[in-house]
Amino acid sequence: MFSWDLLRDAVVLGMLLGCFYAAVSVGLSISFGLLDVPQVAHPAFLVLASYGVYLLNDLYDLDPLIAGFLLTPVFFLLGLVTYRLYYETFERRGSEAGVRGIAFFFGVAFIIEVLIILWFGVDQRSVTAHYIGKAWRFGGLRIPLRQLVAFGVAIALTGLLSIYLSQTFMGRAIRAVVQDEEGLRLMGANPVKIKQFAFGIATAVLGIAGALLIIVAPVEPTLDRVYIGRTFCVVVMAGLGSITGTLVAAIILGVAETIVLTLFGASWAPAVSFAMLLGILAVRPQGLLGR
Amino acid sequence: MRRSDIAFWTGAALFLLAVLLASLLLRNEYPFFAGYVILQFIVLAVAWSILGGAAGYVNFGTNAFFGAGVYTAVFLTKAFGAPLLVQIAVAAAVGSLLGFAVGLLTLRMQGIFFSIATIALAIIIETTVMNWRYVGGAAGIQLQRPPVTAPFDSYVKMLFFVQALLVVVSVAITRYIQHSWIGRGLQALKDDELAAECTGVPTLRLKMLACVLSGALLAAAGAPAAMYLQYADPSSAFNLNYSVSVLAMALIGGTAHWIGPVLGAILLGSTQQVLAVTISSEVNVLVLGIMLVLFVVGAPKGLIGLFRSFSPRTGARK
Repeated sequence: MFSWDLLRDAVVLGMLLGCFYAAVSVGLSISFGLLDVPQVAHPAFLVLASYGVYLLNDLYDLDPLIAGFLLTPVFFLLGLVTYRLYYETFERRGSEAGVRGIAFFFGVAFIIEVLIILWFGVDQRSVTAHYIGKAWRFGGLRIPLRQLVAFGVAIALTGLLSIYLSQTFMGRAIRAVVQDEEGLRLMGANPVKIKQFAFGIATAVLGIAGALLIIVAPVEPTLDRVYIGRTFCVVVMAGLGSITGTLVAAIILGVAETIVLTLFGASWAPAVSFAMLLGILAVRPQGLLGR
Repeated sequence: MRRSDIAFWTGAALFLLAVLLASLLLRNEYPFFAGYVILQFIVLAVAWSILGGAAGYVNFGTNAFFGAGVYTAVFLTKAFGAPLLVQIAVAAAVGSLLGFAVGLLTLRMQGIFFSIATIALAIIIETTVMNWRYVGGAAGIQLQRPPVTAPFDSYVKMLFFVQALLVVVSVAITRYIQHSWIGRGLQALKDDELAAECTGVPTLRLKMLACVLSGALLAAAGAPAAMYLQYADPSSAFNLNYSVSVLAMALIGGTAHWIGPVLGAILLGSTQQVLAVTISSEVNVLVLGIMLVLFVVGAPKGLIGLFRSFSPRTGARK
């Protein structure tokens, strides 16, 4: 039976979920959206970060958010190395970089996935923190506190990144390199260094996003496969590289997923993001708020 | 050209004859059981390279086609008890339709967008099959093999022979494409689609043709898998591992010549068999991933490229 209450709950929960999706996609919005790197391994890095958070939480009883924050410098370095490797082997050589670049990141994603399986096994892992397992009630609606924490952190993260890209010197340099690489070179800046730094930022954000991922729900090694759909759906829908667009698109996806979940059941949910992605690519490839 | 045709068909006939003789003479079933997987991967890698190698469209949705083939066979077996050859033929038809759909995607998408769209297609089909009770849903379905037809004495041997036939068919098609204007046209559109279109290459028709052929062969290779395993479930039939394995095989072998994917499939396929038996299937995916990355970084043209750079004579002839 269709009911307005059910729909209202779905929309509210979907918006919370959507903000969380924005947090896990915002890095891809920089690396793929702005820099045009076919980062298919983004969700694999995300799951890797979750396992890092799990390890810190399990061994030292650290709060997952603090653990995620501690991981950001590590992931920043990982991003620098990854981009350098990608640049040296593909971007600089030019021809055919597309096909092999995609294959490269696909391979990296699989290596990460298997290493996680070999290290941790295929079981689901989760973290412990005082806000996990509690819920708040608003009228008839029960909202898990973990969703609210993820929501708050996600909003802060996307907001900060948006300000960083529009207000700071380095942020503007990143946008400049996207618009006119040659022009930047003529002004005496090194576009490759700026892009590398930007890729580092995009990967560093995954530390915190990974913490949110494992706060919201338990993770398993092959979780990245579902998130390929979600993250790319959000980034493409947003219009490549738009941070505000990322938030809007993620909320649309979150609401759509929860509504499908409520009406048709959980088994259809994974297809939602992929179907939306396919639809957007077919109808409006420049995204909702395309640049 | 003529002479190489004769050589090729003689080779193909000898290969099939050897397979037939082996299946009639050898008693042990295990070599056929293990070899079937390698033959299956040869078909998949060769079929993948029609679109992925010649046209430069990286299809991540190999699993969509493979799974569609498996489930076409499952459906036909359950609904009509259709014989194996009918299953394969219908699977090929379904695969070509799916290929047509993927071809439509190429109209507006290139590079990574196309690749992501093919993953999306795979997940959507997988989810649909998961929710389709008749063919078992998410839990999967058990299948009974029908009695084996003469002259074979076991079903696995017959499947092995059928898959060997598919190898010959797919290699022949790919070889024909490479030697004809179709291959040159695809090569041109890979290098620069706009320039190819401007010089009169019918890029749309060629892409459609490549998608349909590739799709039909990928699905046909999947169809016998239902009877091979006597079991099918969505998450293994549509496993992304098929996509990454096939991609790795084609790229490691090299896509400039049909022999590349064949070599890649034999090399990786047998390594995988050995690793999966001796160590674990996780390690075998790890090795696959590492080899893919190493080859993509270090040997962009695959094994063929390596051979050619070592022997200047064949390199010059191209």
